[in-house]
Amino acid sequence: MGEEVARPESADAAATRTDPPPADRQLSGEASGQTTTTAGPRNGGWTASSLLRGGVGRNLGLVIALVLLCIVGIVTAGDTFATSANVLTILRLAAVIGVISIGMTFVITGGGIDLSVGAIVALSSVWATTLATQQMAADFHWIFMVSTALLVGAACGLVNGLLVAYGKIVPFIATLAMLAGARGLAEILSDRQTQIINNNSFLDFFGASVIGVPVLVWMFLLVAAVGWVLLNRTTFGRRTFAVGGNAEAARLAGIKVQRHRVALYVLLGLCCGIAAVMLMARTTTGSATHGNLYELDAIAAVVIGGTLLSGGRGTIVGTVIGVLIFTTLNNVFTLNNLSISAQSVAKGLIIVIAVLLQQRLAARAP
Amino acid sequence: MTEAPHTSPNGRSARGDGEELLRMTGIVKEFPGVRALDGVDLDVRRGEVHCLLGQNGAGKSTLIRVLTGAHQPDSGTILVNGNEVALNTPADSMRLGIAAIYQELDLVLDLTVAENVFLGHEPSRFGMTRRHETNVRARELLKGLGHGEIPAGRTVGLLSAAGQQVVSMARALSRDAQLIVMDEPSAVLDPEEVANLFRVIRDLTARGVAVVYISHRLEEIRQIGDRVTVLKDGATVATGLDARQTPTSELIRLMTGRSIEYVFPPRQEILSTAPVVLEVDDLSRPREFAEIAFSVRAGEILGLAGLVGSGRSEILETVYGARRAATGVVRVDGVELKPGRVQDAVRAGVGLAPEERKSQALLLDEAVYKNITVSSMGRFASGGFLNARAEKEAAEKLTRALDVRPAGVEHPVRNLSGGNQQKVVLARWLLRDCRVLLLDEPTRGVDVGARSEIYGLIRNLAANGVAIVLVSSEVEEVLGLADRVVVMREGRAVYSGPAQEIDEHRVLDLVMEGSAV
Repeated sequence: MGEEVARPESADAAATRTDPPPADRQLSGEASGQTTTTAGPRNGGWTASSLLRGGVGRNLGLVIALVLLCIVGIVTAGDTFATSANVLTILRLAAVIGVISIGMTFVITGGGIDLSVGAIVALSSVWATTLATQQMAADFHWIFMVSTALLVGAACGLVNGLLVAYGKIVPFIATLAMLAGARGLAEILSDRQTQIINNNSFLDFFGASVIGVPVLVWMFLLVAAVGWVLLNRTTFGRRTFAVGGNAEAARLAGIKVQRHRVALYVLLGLCCGIAAVMLMARTTTGSATHGNLYELDAIAAVVIGGTLLSGGRGTIVGTVIGVLIFTTLNNVFTLNNLSISAQSVAKGLIIVIAVLLQQRLAARAP
Repeated sequence: MTEAPHTSPNGRSARGDGEELLRMTGIVKEFPGVRALDGVDLDVRRGEVHCLLGQNGAGKSTLIRVLTGAHQPDSGTILVNGNEVALNTPADSMRLGIAAIYQELDLVLDLTVAENVFLGHEPSRFGMTRRHETNVRARELLKGLGHGEIPAGRTVGLLSAAGQQVVSMARALSRDAQLIVMDEPSAVLDPEEVANLFRVIRDLTARGVAVVYISHRLEEIRQIGDRVTVLKDGATVATGLDARQTPTSELIRLMTGRSIEYVFPPRQEILSTAPVVLEVDDLSRPREFAEIAFSVRAGEILGLAGLVGSGRSEILETVYGARRAATGVVRVDGVELKPGRVQDAVRAGVGLAPEERKSQALLLDEAVYKNITVSSMGRFASGGFLNARAEKEAAEKLTRALDVRPAGVEHPVRNLSGGNQQKVVLARWLLRDCRVLLLDEPTRGVDVGARSEIYGLIRNLAANGVAIVLVSSEVEEVLGLADRVVVMREGRAVYSGPAQEIDEHRVLDLVMEGSAV
């Protein structure tokens, strides 16, 4: 790769002929010197520590909120809250909405929005648990159920993407239509019945633990890690920022903007498929009522995580912390036997406080 | 131009002696890492046109934002009518009669002319807007500006750039502005419209309104200005200069700290054996341009001259595939490009530096290096994974070669001046080793000093065998830089030939013919 990069001869040739830099601009040159030093720590390699330093550093407000929440949890329900079993419970509950939020981070960073994720989860779970699918799974392998869920999710995402990118329907409306359509289809398919999963090897696999950590949590961690790499280290991620930040400039730079938009929705659809599998494993059912209002939880987690709703800026680490905040909140309230309604009020407050904090800190950063 | 008694030399000197309206002293404004203003002094008298000169990055825009209450200075005093004031919000400035017309017009395109004029202080009764009164008063204001023909009920988005500017001015007047700041108002205007703008400005100053006029075009400053203040590196280096008597060389020296002239690099002879790289044949788009044909050899610069709206930019965008041609073909190295497909053009080695850098070319919040590599990401990726270090190295090499300032490839492009942003766009295509480069107004918003650099850069690209198509509103630029010139009028080519065989006068003649009746 080295010699490929060193190639642009025309530029070098141009350089030798360019006039020497005018002396009068030294001031701006000096100013730049200062800014370069402050922009230092994100260079080069991507060790876990640089990930944490960069990610947590930029998400300081969120980390503070999460820590505060944990303190509240320890104070009010110390004996039950601060146990490894409870931490695993929180993570297990965070896993499903977490996987969706990772996909949502991509779509929002790319300048879109998806309201249909909950409905897609429902449809995927129903389709993957129909009698026919379960029969196939019983005959061959439970992987058949998984792939059905993933395919259905990705297909719904594809439809969303095509409507947005080529149908020129604004994302809000296109995915609102999918929300209604997918949930309706799920109800028709399931005849509004909860479909019990009787494939034990499926339930065993996803219900198991590895090194004491549930498979569902591993799946969430894996999706988050892959998402982080994809967003920050690949051409796909770079294009996502470009498309969300300035679609016209991206188009004129030769990026296939519409195709990329479709890919983003397919990616999110796929995440919904994965989330459906996880939900099926957790509830041992497929149902048209699964994933109700997940779209709001996912969008809230992504936005308090620091991803710009207007696109162009996004963070996976922030999203993960955002998801953990909401799940921990639920957990603390449940442990203290507080009502769901009080929980909602607190949720609203957290959204506002976290975003306010986030903005203050971002404004102060150089 | 209409008769206006106050344009007589006598009237002018009287204007210069008007009482003081605004005095800013020792204004300092710091942003993280940058001292944007470092001791600016400015005094403006009633009824004068006070020109603000300075290179990009000299602090003009920041100064305007301080004046309009968008930024608060860290130190310094502002006197309006002799009283010290604090401009903490835009509303404070408006109350004191200070208004600004920005380069990027800040109109709501979906509202009507009248609604825009009175935006924020709509005539109303019991909270209900009074549509009729709004329209009547807007019509009066427009008539006062000499543009009674603009319908008050028309949606602003349907107006031309010049019309929108008039609406901005009417808005300023609707608030009883005493001081109007105009940030490069002529940048979006044709020569004819500029003349009209000057007429409006003279009307305003005759009424005692002061105008702070910002432009890169020195000849305009001579035409319309009374006094000049020069900014350099965030500080006032000269103030109260006579706009007509001060020699150009002196102004340029003050702005740059050195004396330079517009130098166009020498042309190189194009060998007749040089291969034709870009061929355009019978290209048409309804209502934009028709039957355009030209070819560009390797190493050749073809200039497209013409008024704004004569189809120049549209041709470039169609060649690039950003617009789909209705008829005609575009060939690069003899291979036909599919119409309306940017990726095909890019793959064939075509690059575009569009007219609106900020909205069409740059990812403003992204780092310089990401903006440079965005069209060549494949080169830095293996299996989809980007090698950021290699990206930065390649970008650094280019930014050093092009002398992009500030140095360093991790700044957001937003922090760079216009000239340096343009260099970033050029670097993007240099990195791809482009065969064809389409340059749309490459020096718009670029200061005098950086212009010569850009000119040298363009010529050097040609010397390296790139075929270049150049569009510019400045005839001098097209004639000075291009080897061959195509003159456009109303979507058609009315002249095509070597640049040496045509002069500025003839080009303007061709361009205006028919429309100047």
